[in-house]
Amino acid sequence: MRLFPVRGGIHPDYRKERTSESAIVALPLPAALYIPLQQHIGAASEAVVAVGDVVKKGQIVARSGGVVSAASHAPTSGRVAAVTDFTAPHPSGLPQPTIVIEPDGRDEWAADLPPGIDDPFAADPKAIRDRVAASGIVGMGGAAFPSAVKLNLGTQHKLETLLINGAECEPYLTCDDRLMREFAAEVVDGARVMAHALGAPRVVVGIETNKPQAIEAMTRAAAAFPDVTVVGVPVQYPMGSERHLTQAITGRETPARKLTADLGVVVHNVATARAVHHAVRFGRPLVRRVVTVSGGAIARPANVEAPLGTLVSELVAFCGGFSQPPRRVVNGGPMMGQPLPSLEVPVVKGMSGILALTLDETDEKPSQPCIRCGSCVTICPCGLVPVEMAAFIRHDNLDGAAKSGVMDCVSCGSCSYICPSHIPLVHFFNYAKGALNAKDRERRHLDQIKALAESHALRVEKQAAAKKAAAAAAAAARAQAAAAPLTDDDKANA
Amino acid sequence: MTTAYNDRAGPFTHAPTSVSKTMFTVLAALTPATLFNLWMFGWPAIFLFLVTVGSCVALEFLCVRIAGGSPEGAIGDGSVLITGWLLAVSLPPWAPWWVGVVAAVFAVALAKHAFGGLGQNVFNPAMVGRVVVLVSFPVQMTAWVAPRPLFSAGAPGFVESLGTTFGRNVSLDSISAASPLGFVKTELARGIPVDQSIVNVPGLADLLLGFHPGSMGEASVPLVLAGGLYLMWKRIISWHIPVSLLGTLFLMGTLFHAVDPARYAGGLFHLITGASFLGAFFIATDYVTSPVSKQGQIVFGIGIGLLTWIIRTYAGYPEGMAFAVMLMNALTPILDQHFRPRVFGRTRKGQPLPVKGDQ
Amino acid sequence: MLLDVGSLAVMGVTLGAVLGTAAKLLAVPNNPLEEELQALLPGSQCGQCGFVGCAQYAAALAKGDTPVTLCAPGGKATIEVLAKRLGVSADTDGHEEQAPQHAHIKEDLCIGCLRCVQECSTDAIVGANKQLHTIIVDQCHGCAKCFKVCPTEAIEMCTVPVTLSAWHWGKPRADQAHH
Repeated sequence: MRLFPVRGGIHPDYRKERTSESAIVALPLPAALYIPLQQHIGAASEAVVAVGDVVKKGQIVARSGGVVSAASHAPTSGRVAAVTDFTAPHPSGLPQPTIVIEPDGRDEWAADLPPGIDDPFAADPKAIRDRVAASGIVGMGGAAFPSAVKLNLGTQHKLETLLINGAECEPYLTCDDRLMREFAAEVVDGARVMAHALGAPRVVVGIETNKPQAIEAMTRAAAAFPDVTVVGVPVQYPMGSERHLTQAITGRETPARKLTADLGVVVHNVATARAVHHAVRFGRPLVRRVVTVSGGAIARPANVEAPLGTLVSELVAFCGGFSQPPRRVVNGGPMMGQPLPSLEVPVVKGMSGILALTLDETDEKPSQPCIRCGSCVTICPCGLVPVEMAAFIRHDNLDGAAKSGVMDCVSCGSCSYICPSHIPLVHFFNYAKGALNAKDRERRHLDQIKALAESHALRVEKQAAAKKAAAAAAAAARAQAAAAPLTDDDKANA
Repeated sequence: MTTAYNDRAGPFTHAPTSVSKTMFTVLAALTPATLFNLWMFGWPAIFLFLVTVGSCVALEFLCVRIAGGSPEGAIGDGSVLITGWLLAVSLPPWAPWWVGVVAAVFAVALAKHAFGGLGQNVFNPAMVGRVVVLVSFPVQMTAWVAPRPLFSAGAPGFVESLGTTFGRNVSLDSISAASPLGFVKTELARGIPVDQSIVNVPGLADLLLGFHPGSMGEASVPLVLAGGLYLMWKRIISWHIPVSLLGTLFLMGTLFHAVDPARYAGGLFHLITGASFLGAFFIATDYVTSPVSKQGQIVFGIGIGLLTWIIRTYAGYPEGMAFAVMLMNALTPILDQHFRPRVFGRTRKGQPLPVKGDQ
Repeated sequence: MLLDVGSLAVMGVTLGAVLGTAAKLLAVPNNPLEEELQALLPGSQCGQCGFVGCAQYAAALAKGDTPVTLCAPGGKATIEVLAKRLGVSADTDGHEEQAPQHAHIKEDLCIGCLRCVQECSTDAIVGANKQLHTIIVDQCHGCAKCFKVCPTEAIEMCTVPVTLSAWHWGKPRADQAHH
């Protein structure tokens, strides 16, 4: 299959060999599971269980909280110990409502799980989408966007291709690699089911060529299906970015502020495809995921399949703990991953890796003056000029940064990675994007307040006018009442 | 996790790059050519080189100290060594010590630190230093000598050389000669056509190796080229500026030479004289003062090539690289504004790409 | 009867004429800049800026006698648009201290007197006589007018909490970001 060039990018030290040969191992049931109500992009889910409730594995514990939202399910059987605030696996370290489940150790599936769909290709696409929504599946590559919403794109767009993202371009991470090597058939089946739900006639699986075994396993699994093509894509970070992978495969560039669906392409992650397979074929909701536990500070790096809600500290302990104190513990890959506030945070649906990185690995240094070397401009996969945007932001000119395109930045981290002066460019852009969004929200809120205040003022004015009219009428009536007898008197006098 | 966990966003890995690594790679690339130059021009050149580089380092120390920074860190990044080094090789090798010191003051204190230090300067510091002394001390700055390699017959000894560099009232009149570009220009002014005067300059091989009067940087084209290729291989510089610069210079020379050989020197002559290669690979490519985008760099290179040819051909100075570089330095912010990559998903004008129908 | 109607009508016409002339004679010339600035303000007439209402603050701003940073409910966004319109530099550093606020009613203290409901200029408080009142947080902009009129001190002003989706990275520290 013909591939197309993608601009810029970097070739970091991948360090995948630390876990790429360790088969996925299941984590024993931990003592408690913490299910946050916000594990996805969109509205938080709403708890439907209360303290003391007995839950079975796969039973819904929080329902979708809006159009863009996702349900959550009990990862094992047990008792709801609390519904309380708990630290989120998020760089803010903010607490968020969380359902705490104490496992009973029996790990029993709920009896009332929906039945598997025997022939999903004969089923109504809507039934598949509903099943995916009911199973609480979100994008498992890291973005955690509710998958059912994305599977709905076929209703508004004419789709040509479902692109399964097996690029796994982040260093260290091998969970998708292992998944494709060990469960290729499940991934391919899930992908075909999703293509059916989308109405997309073909499936392309894009895998970076540094994973030859995964390419081989997937090619073998897809051999029986002419509509599925497995393609090795160049090893070039950030190939796993939705828009860039789409460009590499189709040669077409997604217009700014549009979706790949506008080009007829929808992208889903390989782990998502496997989750869809389980949901559709067996009625099993998303309750576990594979996490790569790696980094120089981890004693025994591994790929661990853990129940959602497992504390990161349990994962780390399972991998032999720390061999040396880490400088950073990161949720995700080292390029786009987020630092974790502590180890006492739960594994969530979008968590592809836990990396405990040493100072040697993070290579954090105080930044030096920019020497305008232009490396950031050369490697930016989005065609931006990071050096200029950072200069604007440094001088608090956020509008200038917006004009020079900061909102088109995907925060892939390539510029910070390459910068010889160690300038935290992406940190600048994350700050600017956050601050600009906050300003926008504030602006919208203010507009709403203004509209409310205006309508209130109008109503008060109307009420006052009505009151005045009533008072005037009453006064006129009184005047008339007072005047009438006088006329009578006059008449009498006359 | 000894400090705050969210004091910095990712990425949590970094390329093995640093400012000092970049700068010292450039110095390494300059070393072979410079060693050859120092050998060729002997003790006076070595003294001048040490004085110039030393003054630059001392001034850097002083300026950073005054600005309240860490002088050790500033010198450690290696940028001032490059400035001093390039400045030294662009001076006449037998110039007196104070020429180097004055040039260093203007290069480091004025062109670099008065603008805010590393990364903030508009003009290439080494070229500012060179141009200031060139226009201020035309006699000393045009007193070129023919190479007298160390330990060869006729080469000045150590003590005698101390006198050349540090002595008072040294007259080089007896030994000074014009550089090839200068010679051709003066002859033309006297009414001798270029194609006649050019036969009196050293042959191609001597020009290539630098066996002719001139600055150190004019000598040893092959070694400078090797250093430039090394920098490209190390991905410190890209081909855009050197190729567009030398290409333009060569093209202009060749075209006009073809039209009127009596008036215009040929393209090859332009390329291998006047430190064109040093300028193209080591001076015009200075990160701070050149455009950041590849498109801008090509325009920048073409501009320098064109201006160099114009200055050499029509202006009063025989050599034009320094002026051309500085003129284009002034245009760099504008080039950065206008020549930028196209944003992903947008047209060149910044509008979102149109959504095409089924293709 | 005719006399009554006639006398009232004459009175009305005369008084109307007097009022009309007075309005013309005593009219304050409308400053277009003032109106423009007023449109940029929230319009809730909360008076936290120290002026009677938004129109008065806008007038003072138009004259240039007052800083652009006084509108607390408007927040940073308002300061910035005002500063931009007036071409002055907005020093928002001091302002940042004051995070956006909203009112909250303590259930055990509310007596359902309706005073706050009447005071609220954005209809953010719902409640009926002798019933517990509630704040619709989305519609509240923290003007604190209700806070001032509550007879039982049942209203408190709270900082709008930062949620996971609203949180964002701060500006890199100076030592991380050399300049």
